[in-house]
This record gives sequence, structure tokens and C-alpha cells, in this order.
Amino acid sequence: MPEITGYAFPNDIHVHWSLMIVMYPYITGFVAGSFIVTALYHLFGKNEFQPVARLSLAASFCFLLVAGLPLQLHLGHPERGLFVMITPNFTSAMAGFGILYSFYLMIVMLEVWFVWRGEIIQTARRSRGLKRAFYAALALGTYDTSPQALEIDHRAVKVLSAIGLPSACMLHGYVGFIFGGIKANPWWSTPLMPVIFLCSAAVSGIALLILVYQVTAKLGRRVIQADTVSAMARWLWFFLIITVTLELLEIIMLAYENSEEWHIISPLLTTRLQFSFISMQMIIGSLIPFILLFIVTVMNRYLHEKVRNTLTVMASLLLLLQVFSMRWNVVIGGQLLSKSFRGLRSAYEPHLFEREGILVAIVLFVLPFVILYVFDRLLPIEAPPGAHAPDPHGDAPPAAGVSPAA
Amino acid sequence: MDEMPKGNPPPEPAAQPAQAEVSRRDFLARALRASGGAFALLAGGGAIASDGERYDWEAHRWAYLIDTEKCIGCGSCVRACKAENGVPDGYFRTWVERYLISPEASHVDSPNGGMDGFPPLQTAFEPTKSFFVPKLCNHCKETPCVQVCPVGASYRTKDGVVLVDGKRCIGCGYCVQACPYGSRFISPETHTAEKCTWCYHRITKGLKPACVEVCPTATRQFGDMKREDDPVRLAIAHGRVVVLQANLLTEPQAYYLGIDMEVR
Repeated sequence: MPEITGYAFPNDIHVHWSLMIVMYPYITGFVAGSFIVTALYHLFGKNEFQPVARLSLAASFCFLLVAGLPLQLHLGHPERGLFVMITPNFTSAMAGFGILYSFYLMIVMLEVWFVWRGEIIQTARRSRGLKRAFYAALALGTYDTSPQALEIDHRAVKVLSAIGLPSACMLHGYVGFIFGGIKANPWWSTPLMPVIFLCSAAVSGIALLILVYQVTAKLGRRVIQADTVSAMARWLWFFLIITVTLELLEIIMLAYENSEEWHIISPLLTTRLQFSFISMQMIIGSLIPFILLFIVTVMNRYLHEKVRNTLTVMASLLLLLQVFSMRWNVVIGGQLLSKSFRGLRSAYEPHLFEREGILVAIVLFVLPFVILYVFDRLLPIEAPPGAHAPDPHGDAPPAAGVSPAA
Repeated sequence: MDEMPKGNPPPEPAAQPAQAEVSRRDFLARALRASGGAFALLAGGGAIASDGERYDWEAHRWAYLIDTEKCIGCGSCVRACKAENGVPDGYFRTWVERYLISPEASHVDSPNGGMDGFPPLQTAFEPTKSFFVPKLCNHCKETPCVQVCPVGASYRTKDGVVLVDGKRCIGCGYCVQACPYGSRFISPETHTAEKCTWCYHRITKGLKPACVEVCPTATRQFGDMKREDDPVRLAIAHGRVVVLQANLLTEPQAYYLGIDMEVR
């Protein structure tokens, strides 16, 4: 039985939304964040992102495939999970899940297809037997790789990015809305919630891609593009600043207004969430990466490549922790305070082995990488050497393979 | 028991069953108060009373009135609810809160939901007032729990009762989070959302909710807002009643008399 300080409504002592509901926004955050990176290249002409454009699209796709799993694992009746899709009650924000998820999945699958279409056809042509049949099926019956056709592909990718970006934002903003729209819970109920979720999604997505990019480049013995790393670090820094500003604004506003809610949220933050909020989310997860990325951004030209890579990797690792802590503090923190506004329950500790436990959470985090690996086997993420490096903007492609570091 | 017959006569039953029913209720309520144990009988009583009657949910709009001045914190209501509805241990469809208040400090508790009554308590301050507040689902008109249910398993009946369809509920817990009053929980047995139903299986048979039935002081009263002369309707219409957390505009249909600002 959890310990209660003060008075909690007797039904308020249970944490119904468990670690799985922490994992859900964490994973969809990667989905949205990765898509933002791919859109920065395809849509906003940030050529520095060209080396990670395909990787981020693939990552968004792989995390998306896993995104629904934590929800499914959490339901009291998983066998009825499909009801949300087939008989949604549209007054519920949660009913939007089916539409947003399926729509975004469709967009991402289409975009993947258009980006890899040329290679799918070439592989089909080169292969024999089953492999040929598989890729021929993936090609969906069109084998046109003429320059005109590829040009249409590029335009399609751009259009899909333009649709996909708001869809990804909606998918993740909706997760924030789920919490932000609960007027019963003072720790959740704020219109800032979807925005905070979105910005922290960008943080987690870029941080994750920095890590995956550097690791895969090392494994593949490819040169890590200094331009790409410093551009990602810059954007990461930007989104970190916005995220933390909003996160703090929400709290400062409550404190400044000295609202009724503050009298329960203040002890929540300083006692129950002292470690996960103050230490992890704010100091280790925000302040330190802020300083590291400040160095990378402001002193970029003086940094040795290795220093830059190390600093961004460290900052990214810490930011993955920051975003996880933020999800934890929102989801779990909101359930530690009773709606009596008079009581806090003791910390929630998930078990290692249970349906909604730590081991399952780890599997959920690793699974997208396994899928990403399979994805890479089937549709190589690194563009084959000499293949057209699609430059959707008509600008000169970034200097490939040349490290500008002194 | 005096409050029972004049409270809200069953809307439809024929003369004969009604007579039998009142006396049985009378008997049961007394027996229960004496024994405090055999509440399961209530379910049986309800089942028999239903025979041959058709319930018209358009003809009623139920409301609940809690006169906190009268509550003695005996916990009979919580026990009756548990027995009537098979509420799992550690979860509550209704509970009773105890308030000890002085101008400087306050203490609130509800040991085991008030089910076993309230043991004497020493506080660090000298309370200048103290009272009990029974709580239950407010069956709000504009209820957030129904709004947020992603599959429509939670709904509000035409006679004003908020219910959960246990066969549709997916157990996502969103309604539990959305209820400002802590009235809902995910049952560890059914893995679906559960809550107070105002004993819908009883009220549709002309009976009162189990908690109202056993309340020895008439703290808990149940009535029909569609009946002009209903005592509960009259009390709400003429008395100075409040609802809990009125600022949230959920329009609760459980009204309170004699409540203090310390109560949320």
C-alpha cells in the first residue's frame, strides 16, 4: 500500500497510468521528432540534414510501428483495444488516436516508398527468385525509373513531408492534449501541455538521431559530417531552450499566481518529484546539455571534430534522459497528487517483471532499433555510393565526405 | 426508518407489491442496522420487487441530497455499498470523510473509506468544528468522464445516472483521471472502470440506493427531480445547497447541505 501524506481521496491512491503511459509519449515523441528532422531537409531546404534525412524518416517509421504497443499493453482489456478505432466516441480526445495514427502511418509509408522507390526497383532488377518477387511486390507494379519519374518522386516526397509534418505534430500534440485537457488535474490542465510535448518531442527526436547517426557512421566506417552534427546540435539547442522555457513558464505562472493548485504542486515538486524533476529534468537533463550545446553552437569553429562529436553525444544522451523524466513527471507526477488537493501518495515504483514493468519498457525502447535494423537490411538507409543524392532544392549538394574540421 | 416511506415512493409498482416491498425494506433495514452484515440480502430483495414492472427512464430524473449536519460517521453506507455492489477491497464507490478544523489548521481523513467508522483522533491543534462528509459519484450533467471515454462505454442515462458498460469498457483509465471527485477506479477484478451507479439495479425497481436505505440519520436522501412534491427536489429547490467543485462546471446532481469551504 502506498503511503499518503495529507489526505487523498481513497480511490486516488492508485497509479492507473503506469510506466507504459510514460513510454507512449516517449516513443511518439521520437516519431514526431524524427519526422521534424526529415522535414527540415525535404521541406525547409536544410541541406546539412541530408546525411540523416533517410535515417530520420526510417526511424520515425520504426518508432511509429511500436507506438501503439504500450497503450495496448496498458489496457485493462487489450482485446477490446480496436474499439477505439472502430467505434470511437468523438467527444473524447483519445478517440482521435485511431484517425491520427492511421493517417500518419499512411503518410510515412507513402513517403518511405517514394524515397526508396528507385532502389526498390533496381534491387528487384538485380535479384532472382524470392528476393526479386519480394522487391517486385514492394515496387507495386511500377518500374519507371526515368529521370522524369524520379523527379515526380522527389516532388511527391516534398508534398508528403508537407502533409506529414503537421500530421506528426498533431499525433504528438494530441498526446499532450490528452493530459492538458483534464481539468480535474491541476498538474496536467494547461493549454501549454501540447506545445511542451511537441517541443520536447523535437528535442528527443533530434537527440536520438544525433546518437544513431554517430553510432551508425562509426559502425559503417563512414565520415561523420561536421556540418550535420553542428547543425543538429544547433537545432537541438534551439528546441531545448523553447522546451525548458515553456516547462518553467508553466510552473512559474502557477507559483506567481499563487493559485489553489500551487499549494499542492509545490510540495509535489519539492518532495515526491525532487529527484526526477529538479535533479533529472531540470539540472542534469536541461542545464548541463544547455551548457554543452551552448559550447558547440557558440564556439563551433574552434572545436576539434572529436570534441564536437563527444559534446553533442553527451548532450543528446542527457536530453534523452530529460525527455523521459519529463514524461515521467507529467504522467506519474499527476497521479501522485490527489484531486482532494490535500494529499500526496508515495512514489510509484514499477516492478521489473510485470506486464507494465521495467523489462517490457526496455523491450519497447529497443524494439524500434531492431525494426530499424531489419529496415536497413531490406531498404539500405545509407544511399548507395554513386546513387543520385536527391537534392530537392536544386542547390548544390553539401560537400560529401569532406570534413571541414581543422 | 421513518424517512423511507415518505422519501420517494416507488414510481410505478402496483399497490400489492408496493406494500410487500415497504415492509420488507423496513425489515431489512432494521435487520441490517442491527447486524451490520447481511447486506447481500438487499440484492435479492431488489430482484423480487422487479417482477412484472416496466421502468420508464424518461419519467424520472434522479438526484441525491446529502445533509452533512446529520452524518454521524457510522459507515453503514460504505458497508452497504460494498455488500450490495461487491466493491473490491481498497476501492470505494462511496466513502465518508472526517473534517477536524480550527481557524489555524485542518485535518481530513477517511480511514478505509470510513467503512469501519472513525476511531477517536488526537490532533496537534484544537479543532473548533468537526463534521463528516459522505462522498460518492456526483452523476454530473456535464460530466468529464463520459466526455473522455474513447469508446462510449461511459454514458449518462435519460434518468440522469452516469453508468459504465462493463462489456465495452477497454480499461484505459482515462475516465478515472478525468473525474475531479475521485469517484472512479479500475477494478482489479473486472479490469474495467467502476463507479457508483446510485444502485441503478435498485432504483429502476422502485427501491432506493443501498447507502440511502441503510443511512440511520437520513443524511443521504434520494429523490426524483421530475416529481414536484419530492422532498429532495423541494430541498434542492428551496434550500441553500451547494455542489462540490462547482467551479469546474460539471453540474453535479449530488447536492450538499451544511458543507464547509474546506470540502472539495
